[in-house]
Amino acid sequence: MRPLEPVSPSARAVLGIGFFVLFVAVWAFFTLGGFVSPTFLASPVTMLEEGIRLFTEFGFAKDVGMTVWRVVGGFVLAAVIGVPMGIAMGAWKPVEAFLEPFVSFCRYLPASAFIPLLILWAGIGEMQKILVIFIGSFFQIVLMVAVTVGGARKDLVEAAYTLGATGRGIVRRVLIPGAAPQIAETLRLVLGWAWTYIIVAELIGASSGIGHMIVDSQALLNTGQIIFGIIIIGLIGLVSDFAFKALNRRLFAWATL
Amino acid sequence: MSPTQLRIQGVSRTFAGARGKPPTQALLPVDFEVRENDFVTILGPSGCGKSTLLRIVAGLDFPTTGQVLLDGAPVTGPGADRGFVFQSYTLFPWLTVEQNIRFGPRERGLPETEQKERSDFFIAKVGLRGFEHHYPKQLSGGMQQRTAIARALANDPKILLLDEPFGALDNQTRVLMQELLLGIWEQARKTVLFVTHDIDEAIFMANRVAVFSARPGRIKSEIAVPFEHPRHYTLKTTPEFMAIKARLTEEIRAEAMAADAH
Repeated sequence: MRPLEPVSPSARAVLGIGFFVLFVAVWAFFTLGGFVSPTFLASPVTMLEEGIRLFTEFGFAKDVGMTVWRVVGGFVLAAVIGVPMGIAMGAWKPVEAFLEPFVSFCRYLPASAFIPLLILWAGIGEMQKILVIFIGSFFQIVLMVAVTVGGARKDLVEAAYTLGATGRGIVRRVLIPGAAPQIAETLRLVLGWAWTYIIVAELIGASSGIGHMIVDSQALLNTGQIIFGIIIIGLIGLVSDFAFKALNRRLFAWATL
Repeated sequence: MSPTQLRIQGVSRTFAGARGKPPTQALLPVDFEVRENDFVTILGPSGCGKSTLLRIVAGLDFPTTGQVLLDGAPVTGPGADRGFVFQSYTLFPWLTVEQNIRFGPRERGLPETEQKERSDFFIAKVGLRGFEHHYPKQLSGGMQQRTAIARALANDPKILLLDEPFGALDNQTRVLMQELLLGIWEQARKTVLFVTHDIDEAIFMANRVAVFSARPGRIKSEIAVPFEHPRHYTLKTTPEFMAIKARLTEEIRAEAMAADAH
């Protein structure tokens, strides 16, 4: 192994899957071998059985659907407002001077701390869940997009000016297309964080969703279901991440040349 | 004689000092004129302020004193009437060769058919047929700079400003690029102001070479290059060419040493 030496695609796949296998093997060894009480940690086999029961007997598919809908809803709302705002901040320095301190301040407010307030304002319905995601994603998106757009290559901006571009043309045809791949990458990252907020939002005051199922299972000491729920979240995250990556590569082929 | 197109009047530039350091004078007041359809090179050691002067002409930088007049109108900012080719590769990486060349015409709202016509014309001119749909990263440095020249020309500017456009290229490519640019000029006779630190390059293409002093820059001397057009690359080995080269070598050497002593 030498530093930075690339690894072949097949070796990469084997190594990546290998760790999952190792992880499950260690888990199975301790649980099936009787080293850990099933009260605290279910074995992989129990976990799978519980998972099947969740889907067949408890309508878990609906919970998964609800959670996905809340995450996507809050995230899309945050992106639709946050991306244009970030572009405006990155492109026009007075806008940045006006908004940046406040947005930076808001970024450090933990989204989960707003849950009691949001319950007070929006009840325990869907709006409250979506708002938690929104607060958790929005300020991150705004700041990261602003930094990306503001870091545009100055020589490209100058080239566009010498070609007769106006201020508006610079934003539309240089800053935005130049920053687009990085903006898409930012969205991919923030979508991952959004998943961590939704579970917290569903732990309190929810009647459906993966988080709600996990709280219910905790009351019943059903660690198999809890772990199954966590794994489902991980799988959805992995799939959406892959899809996002593939989409970015397709949309911005020039950036990976 | 054709009329004067570009008039540089008493243009100087002083950069403010950072953190209490004294300000740097990059350019002493420069007076200079370029006639229509002329090809003029500005030759000087690196860091002498010649690029600063060119950027002021382009409107990308502003003079501390003096003014630049293009066809009698003062330059107040960058514009499509002055095409610019940078030393660094400044093609838009998200656009193909053709889209890059169409950037200026499109930005100025020319009809689609005319954009296409112009890009086709200049793609052929710089020898990039077959590469229309390549992205800049798929091209060699020389091809990227050819695209940059085509992109600047597609706007039909009054004057073409080039800031060491071949500086990053290897020597062989560089020589071919000089012939290409000269060939384009010989056909179209567009006014050209070309900045370089390469003596051969300065003489081979220009009708007039202005020699810059070491920083703070000023125009130290001007030499007419009397060779007929079209010029052939064999010109570079003639005694007449060598004589001009010898003279410029002395002048530049003195300035480079002065710059080094600072």
